[in-house]
Amino acid sequence: MKKWSKKLTGNALTYLLVIVAFLLCELSLSGAIDGFKMSRSLKGQLVPICVYIVMAVSLNLTVGISGELSLGHAGFMSVGAFSGIIASQWIASAFPGAELDLVRLLAALITGGIVAGIAGVLIGIPVLRLRGDYLAIVTLAFGEIIRNLINCVYFSLDGARLHFGFLNPSLPGTVFINGPMGATGVNKLASFEAGFLLVLFTLAVVLNLIGSRSGRAIMAIRDNRIAAESVGIHVTKYRMMAFVTSAALAGMAGALYGVNYSTVQAVKFKFDTSILVLVFVVLGGIGNIRGSIIAATLLTVLPEMLRQFGDYRMLIYAIVLILVMLATNNPTLRGGIDSLTAHIKKRSSPAPETTKEGDKA
Amino acid sequence: MKKILVAALALVLVMTASFAAADAIKIGVIGPLTGPYAQYGLAVEYGAKIAAEEISAKGGVQLEVLAEDDQGDGELGVNAYNKLLDDGVTIMLSTVTSGSCAAVSDVAYEERVFMLTPSGSADSITQGKDNMFRVCFKDSAQGLASAQYIVDKGLATKVGVIYNNAQDYSMGIYQSFKTKAAELGLEIVAEAAFSDDTNADFSVQIAKMKDAGAELVFLPIYYTPASMILQQANAVDYAPVFFGVDGMDGILGLEGFDKSLAEGVMLLTPFSADAEDELTKNFVATYTAAHGDIPNQFAADAYDGIYALAAAIEAAGITADTSAEDACEMLISVFPTIEITGLTGTMRWDASGEVDKTPTAVVITDGVYVGVK
Repeated sequence: MKKWSKKLTGNALTYLLVIVAFLLCELSLSGAIDGFKMSRSLKGQLVPICVYIVMAVSLNLTVGISGELSLGHAGFMSVGAFSGIIASQWIASAFPGAELDLVRLLAALITGGIVAGIAGVLIGIPVLRLRGDYLAIVTLAFGEIIRNLINCVYFSLDGARLHFGFLNPSLPGTVFINGPMGATGVNKLASFEAGFLLVLFTLAVVLNLIGSRSGRAIMAIRDNRIAAESVGIHVTKYRMMAFVTSAALAGMAGALYGVNYSTVQAVKFKFDTSILVLVFVVLGGIGNIRGSIIAATLLTVLPEMLRQFGDYRMLIYAIVLILVMLATNNPTLRGGIDSLTAHIKKRSSPAPETTKEGDKA
Repeated sequence: MKKILVAALALVLVMTASFAAADAIKIGVIGPLTGPYAQYGLAVEYGAKIAAEEISAKGGVQLEVLAEDDQGDGELGVNAYNKLLDDGVTIMLSTVTSGSCAAVSDVAYEERVFMLTPSGSADSITQGKDNMFRVCFKDSAQGLASAQYIVDKGLATKVGVIYNNAQDYSMGIYQSFKTKAAELGLEIVAEAAFSDDTNADFSVQIAKMKDAGAELVFLPIYYTPASMILQQANAVDYAPVFFGVDGMDGILGLEGFDKSLAEGVMLLTPFSADAEDELTKNFVATYTAAHGDIPNQFAADAYDGIYALAAAIEAAGITADTSAEDACEMLISVFPTIEITGLTGTMRWDASGEVDKTPTAVVITDGVYVGVK
């Protein structure tokens, strides 16, 4: 009972954090208070921040909860982005003149999620037979394969008809996904509000999954596969569940990203992006959802804040990254924080706890 | 968290409060100043700054160039664009690479900010956007001009193409070249593709060209892979005419590249640093003195871009107080009426944003560009 309520407060805190941050941003955007107005630079990053939060939280499901090191998360984002763009552009072309922005956005997100989920199943079948390093390498390869495939894919729209081509074909109508030139002429449909709702949706899915019976099964497999198997947990099923959920959420993030810019190229979703998202997860704490949210936000904003330093920008970014990694993993520092929280808890609750929090971590 | 962000932002702003001349019109340059395409972005930044200094020194229109890094990426391009507008920029000489330019131009079109791209060559950039103009040729124009030139000069009847199928620039030129070649009856006997991941070994592509008996190999690619193709073709004693486009410009400045391998290579480029006219000589001298290397076509495009903007600003009567939206409408109406003679030739623009200038062919002889008459 005690444990449950603790988890619930933790989850509530996560939701609260996101909602308060959203409200503060909205307040700042409205410009109601003098001197508390968001710069254009930050305003332009709101949607990408939401996208990266969803990416980080969903990857944390694979890496932290399920314990598989995936290096191809950007591949799912890519699948989601392009399928989402296809869905939204098709609706625009099939029903000309209608005001369908919201429908198109929803269609993009849902299609992106479903297609990336299917990709997740297809990749999951071979990948989840592997463990550890092998799994990491195969997911890495998957990301590269997706990127190279999308470089060869062509789509065009001729009224309500969607045409598909591979490797340099000539298609009728307007070509809107043009191989290496990527998707062009996409209408901007994404908004900060949509991004916020997607973050909430992701949190609801991931936190509920973690708290559920299935989530405990997934964590049991992570901690000891043989023991889990011996008590009758279907290993493949639960690993697949985590992997596919993670892929589908990444696909939705990709779709939101895709309809936020007028053009998206497959190059954007290369290995570097997968690693970037992995950095968010590791920095925020593996398995720590709230940490992922904070890390994704800060690390997306940081390079833009450092623009003042010109050529040294990325150098400073790297140094900050190293320092934060060192600081968060420093046992003395962590022990200090843990004993502090334990101290606060002791004061707030009259009944003293028998286990010391600092022993964990 | 929000508080921290605001505090950090305020700190950063305080640290770099700039005290630029109040009456200067701020022009924003967005390009890859770091990363694999840094060479292009830096060349544009340097070229633009040299031009702005020259114009400001004359005492007329005062220009200040601010440059931001986008690493050639659309997302970062939009971030840089917002940052520049925060800093008071009203006119953009942006962006350097096509991919980023497409993303930024769309935002600029909606928000009514005038953009002149020095080197974003993808056809789609200017389509349907009245605020977009460009200094360089568009990709398809380069493909068409190359095919036309090869046929007109009777350089070859059997042509091979090696292109990068993972790059919009290369694909754009290749596709238009292919269409035009078919139209003109120029036979393409072999086509071979590579991608950014496989740009070290070209033996397969070269063997394909050689087996098909291509007399001329068209290389619509950047100079780094082109240099490898030249080296590896030489190693197998295959010596067709190599014909490049503006991306080939810069091959002579490549470190560790044996210039003799490029002997006889032809390329269509609007700018050659060895031209004898006064304007080019002065520019090359200033650029080399300041940055140590020979300027390439990107620097020249940026230099011309700033001069074109200055001419248009003067004609439209824009001042530092003009808002970005007003400046945009004024420049859109004025730009098609101006004509300037710069490093890359005499330029005029039509309302669609495309430049009208003559491409010149050069052939590399004894390690320098020599104009072909």
